[in-house]
Amino acid sequence: MKKLNILAISLAVITFAIGWYLGSSNEPLTITSSQGGKSYSGGYVADPQANTASTGAVKMRTTEGTTHVINPGDSIQAAVELAQPGDTIQVMPGTYSETVYIDKDDIHLLGVIVEGERATLDGLKKLNDAILYSGNNIVIENFKIIDYKGNGIMSQAGNNFEIRNNLIIDTGIYGIFPQLGKNGLIEHNIVSGIADAAIYVGMSDNIHVAYNEVFDSVAGIEIENSRHAIVEHNNAHNNTGGILAFITPGLPIKDTYDVIIRNNFILDNNTPNFGAPGSTVSGIPAGTGILIMAADDVVVEGNIISNHKTAGILITDHGNAANLTLDPESDPNPDRVMILDNVMLNNGYDTIDEVKAFALTELHTGDIDIFQMGPTEDSCIINRHRYKTVGIGDFKDCDFTNTDNIDTYLLAGGAEPRVIDPTERGEIAYLGVCTGCHAYAGRLIGPSVTEIQALYANRPEALVNYINAPTAMRADYPEMPAQNYLNAETQLAVANYILQVGN
Amino acid sequence: MGKMFLEKVQYGAWLIARVLFLCCIFSVPVASATELGAIELTDTCPPSFSLSDDNRCSLRHMYQLYDSLQDSGIGGLKTALPEARDGFSPQQIDLGRLLFFDPILSADNSLSCATCHNPNQGFSDAMGRSVGIKGHVQKRSAPTLWNSTFLSSFFWDARASNFEEQALGPLFSAHEMGNTPEQLMSSMNSVSAYKRLFKQAFPKQAAAISVANIITVLTAFQSSLVSLNSRYDRYAHGYHDALNDDEIAGLNVFRSFVARCSQCHTPPLFTNQQVAVIGTPEPAGLPRDIGAQETFNSKVLRGGFKVPTLRNIAQTAPYMHSGRFETLREAAEFYTGGRGHAVPEDEDLLLHWHISEPNLTSNEIDQLVDFMKTLSDESLIPATPKQLPSGLPFKHMENTHEKT
Repeated sequence: MKKLNILAISLAVITFAIGWYLGSSNEPLTITSSQGGKSYSGGYVADPQANTASTGAVKMRTTEGTTHVINPGDSIQAAVELAQPGDTIQVMPGTYSETVYIDKDDIHLLGVIVEGERATLDGLKKLNDAILYSGNNIVIENFKIIDYKGNGIMSQAGNNFEIRNNLIIDTGIYGIFPQLGKNGLIEHNIVSGIADAAIYVGMSDNIHVAYNEVFDSVAGIEIENSRHAIVEHNNAHNNTGGILAFITPGLPIKDTYDVIIRNNFILDNNTPNFGAPGSTVSGIPAGTGILIMAADDVVVEGNIISNHKTAGILITDHGNAANLTLDPESDPNPDRVMILDNVMLNNGYDTIDEVKAFALTELHTGDIDIFQMGPTEDSCIINRHRYKTVGIGDFKDCDFTNTDNIDTYLLAGGAEPRVIDPTERGEIAYLGVCTGCHAYAGRLIGPSVTEIQALYANRPEALVNYINAPTAMRADYPEMPAQNYLNAETQLAVANYILQVGN
Repeated sequence: MGKMFLEKVQYGAWLIARVLFLCCIFSVPVASATELGAIELTDTCPPSFSLSDDNRCSLRHMYQLYDSLQDSGIGGLKTALPEARDGFSPQQIDLGRLLFFDPILSADNSLSCATCHNPNQGFSDAMGRSVGIKGHVQKRSAPTLWNSTFLSSFFWDARASNFEEQALGPLFSAHEMGNTPEQLMSSMNSVSAYKRLFKQAFPKQAAAISVANIITVLTAFQSSLVSLNSRYDRYAHGYHDALNDDEIAGLNVFRSFVARCSQCHTPPLFTNQQVAVIGTPEPAGLPRDIGAQETFNSKVLRGGFKVPTLRNIAQTAPYMHSGRFETLREAAEFYTGGRGHAVPEDEDLLLHWHISEPNLTSNEIDQLVDFMKTLSDESLIPATPKQLPSGLPFKHMENTHEKT
């Protein structure tokens, strides 16, 4: 009885599929020219008021600070510690084995290339990461980075960054990994031999990844839980998967959308998967050109995608992917995938069993350029007749043919820091720091605010001097710890605030 | 270095002064009826809060100087925190403080909130698994309440999404405080001091004592438990001498992609508030706690727990959901033992992708511990009431047992 049911279902599927196949093959081809024609009208809309003087991602400097020149034998980190925002650190050719961390804003860390010789950060397979940063307006360029265990270049937070012209070889899990930042440019880097993604943009907004070469890694370029990203003019070859846009469930930022993948060379990404067990990329089938998993509003245009044994473009929902956690807050389906003209050759020639089995339900055998599995809404394609496809029967014809009207999703002039007026700054520091020890009236740990007001009336600068380097003034009170971690602007704001605050 | 040592000594002296100041109000005998009449609610907000014209306390802290991506409240050093739960009146916060310490909330007056969330033990209780009414041993440990105002996920298994949902758990669980709404109303209404104080805290309400209002004032009090002035915070705001070389090295191990700690314990709250299956062992002889599998009715979350904040983590040994690890170092070492090393053969867990094989050195683990200890700040520890409106004796003092 059970077998009979399965047979009946199979017959129904096959009958349906034959009907669908015959029906579609009888229709005239819809041939669309992508020369000219309507441009994409979706995507990130820049603030028309923004300052457009800057062409990069970091904020333009109005004045240059000090330039620190580092020679072999010097410590790069020592220079970072000395540097003030606005400074530039130039690292001369030679080998440096250290972890450089930049927890400051507006530092430009530049390798100097002399007749092809680069400043080389060598992790000796002992050090974890080459460069870590958390500041805004950071530039990192011209380095050679080899043999680290964690990352070549990694950030957590940090808006307005430029990572450019670095040569990164076998640096562990990621080559270039900005996370939780906004407005970043990653260009002209050559990254290889990475156990996860050569370039991994994680939980970030307004990102431009261009003119990079990524190879011999598990994933070439990965856009994960990020928005407003353009990946263009890159060469992704000989990885397990070339270029990926997806949602990892279980992360605190829940979606990926508004991604343009265009004009890239995506070639021969058939390297056996050597990702760590349990990692998201360990599930990528070798021979995947582009992978779109659960990401929305992804445009694929103008790429040359060839020689991938699994598929040229693989589109899936979370439901058909392996080893993912449950996250009710993440939408599992890839909606509004838009495939414009791409050159696709020799893909899907030796695909995985799951893909083969699903292809059979459409009576498809042989090569596969584009494979889509699972629910998707409002996806579209132009010139579908050019490709060998599975699962895109629901795709409509796109009503546009190009993304020519979109140059970049970078923010003109850079992401602005939070604007805090001095009174608000003073109140925040007063309540956030001072009130732990000082009550308005009466003793808490230190003297009351009213006493301080009497002592420093109209003398905020004197109060600033005191909080920077307190001295014991009263025998019966503990000496105050220095508040020198507050910057000068905050110190003056809080001094002014404390001298006028009422109850 | 000398300067830094001096600063530490000063800071230590200041902390001692702080503790002496707060401790002198303990060890007060049970209050007499006349003393109870003297309890009044404060009309000023706790430290770090601003009082508005409409009598609400709004939290102010240094991380409000910054932004975060998509207002997620996660990122790096100078990143905004998640939105705090605030806006309660000074009277509600103060009444919440009284109730928090009052064993009247439990069915047999044997425990208060502070029994398991003892301010002197990091708002936890130094036990792997807390002990509820009539000696009932719980499945899990008591999470710290520090900075819970920033959370959107409560309980180890993430089954509540706000303070109000959370409070119903311990109050009315037969194994925790063992109360019922009816009995709670009856005992609260029998205390004239509470009738008066609830009227002060909810002046516009005719029947001010209600389960909803009890939960509101407990929420108000918990929202005031803020800890954001640790030595780490000074470093984060830009004063790099706040941490020593080992602590900074620990920070760099912490955020490295070898150890990956900061991928889930993400600054500035040091949790990303997601559920993670990491495969820690249970204490000897205990069955596997399925954790979030039950909450989400999903096998893939078997053994999953909410990522806890690491702020004030040095104050809340032992560690993990059931206290399997006695020390911070043991807890850190777990992560370098290898992916799934403590998962029994017959157990099928979908381990988190960041549980890997970092092979940290012993020195790196020490540095991680050094760094985690910089996340301590108890400067805004609330004062224990001099006396309780119910007249009952305190039920959290005897619970101060140190772990070796």
